[in-house]
Amino acid sequence: MNKLVNAIVAVGLISTLAACSQTPAPEALAQQSNDDAWLTPWVKPYERENLNKAVMSWDLDPVANAYMHHVYQARESARGAEGTSGGGCGCN
Amino acid sequence: MAVTRLLFAVALVLTSIQASIAAQLPEDRADAMYHSYQGGGMSIDGPSILVRKKIGSAVSVSANYYVDSVSSASVDVLATASPYKEERDEQSVGIDFLNEKTLLSVGYGQSNENDYNAKTYSIGVSQSFFGDLSTLSFSYSRGDDEVGQTGNPDFLEQASRANFKLGWSQIASKNWTFDVALETISDQGYLNNPYRSYRYLDASAANGYSYATEIYPSTRTSTAMAVRSRYYFPIDGAIYGEARVFSDTWGIEAQNYKLGYTQALYDNWLLDFHIRHYAQTKADFYQDLFDRKDQYNYMARDKEMSTYSDLTIGLKVRYLFKFAPGSIVNASSLNLAWDHIQFDYDDFRNVLVNDGAGQEPFYAFSANVVKAYISIWY
Repeated sequence: MNKLVNAIVAVGLISTLAACSQTPAPEALAQQSNDDAWLTPWVKPYERENLNKAVMSWDLDPVANAYMHHVYQARESARGAEGTSGGGCGCN
Repeated sequence: MAVTRLLFAVALVLTSIQASIAAQLPEDRADAMYHSYQGGGMSIDGPSILVRKKIGSAVSVSANYYVDSVSSASVDVLATASPYKEERDEQSVGIDFLNEKTLLSVGYGQSNENDYNAKTYSIGVSQSFFGDLSTLSFSYSRGDDEVGQTGNPDFLEQASRANFKLGWSQIASKNWTFDVALETISDQGYLNNPYRSYRYLDASAANGYSYATEIYPSTRTSTAMAVRSRYYFPIDGAIYGEARVFSDTWGIEAQNYKLGYTQALYDNWLLDFHIRHYAQTKADFYQDLFDRKDQYNYMARDKEMSTYSDLTIGLKVRYLFKFAPGSIVNASSLNLAWDHIQFDYDDFRNVLVNDGAGQEPFYAFSANVVKAYISIWY
């Protein structure tokens, strides 16, 4: 776990230092501007109607989802990285 | 005793620190659920109630009350003890703060039963960016448990837990989303169940074996990574899938996969079907039958530590009531869900069948999980 935390911190520091140490030339800034245009969000807010429908929701049933995680956590050794997190159990 | 040490994430139930489509406050809603688990000699049921309410435009509070009423005559209990009944109560509260595209979530939960008390604290933050197409989240929670033993007032042990979770949620297209989550959990203290025993060969015993209290390591660190995705079909349906890989310092490796389909019908109905498969390898210190007492430093016969797999098939149906604009209640839904789970163990034997020590058939059982609940949005 310490390795994981160290890796995350290292990536953040390297990214910050890399950004600080480079002063882009005007030509590069122009090129970057064009790249930014390409990188603009490709799904506009008015195009998200389908994403907001009930069938696309992971959190439509928070209590039921939490309970199922609880059922599995009590009977399986694997744990963590669930979409939502469950509670304890009665599980012997 | 319920294995309440798994409570470490209970407070997260109420918070929104998992990756979501965009950083936003949870909806105002209330849910009341009856849950039931029947299988493997276990009968567990009870209510769960969740209430969420915004305060202004930047704060949301929530509270959850949950009960497990347990009646147990599982294979573990019948092998070494007597059937028992107990109840576990759980309460948790959470609060979310929204500042532009940043959501800060704080939670607290506690669980109490006659021989186990647990407290969990959690904090998390999520940040939306790139036109709200991407959301990054990070959460930390800590759990502190007190482990007791019924009939032994001198027995009191401690366990603590910390988990770190990173999440990334992405809108990939106007019909497609996916999430990635990475979570590391670290345990320390008394991690085994004081009622569970390992068995070892004993020529002096009538059936050829005896039992002794399990011995677990006092530390455990696990890492899990999961991806999940949903895709919308223009027939008002969505297909979804999840995959997770897991490993820990006890030598357990696991994977689970889930595939499902949700379909909306006639504006009010919603149907869901899913299938899930899970498989794991055994812990390094697990054996169904040891050669002798105190053979190793660590010894376990918990079936959850063995090599096994399970398969779930689930169905859910929902009916949505919509109310006129301006009503106190905006909408309400009635929901019924059923999951059937089949467990098959590869190196855990059913000692209730007397076929000679180490010759018993491998254990298997199935369980039915039912959830009936009503949800109200206001």
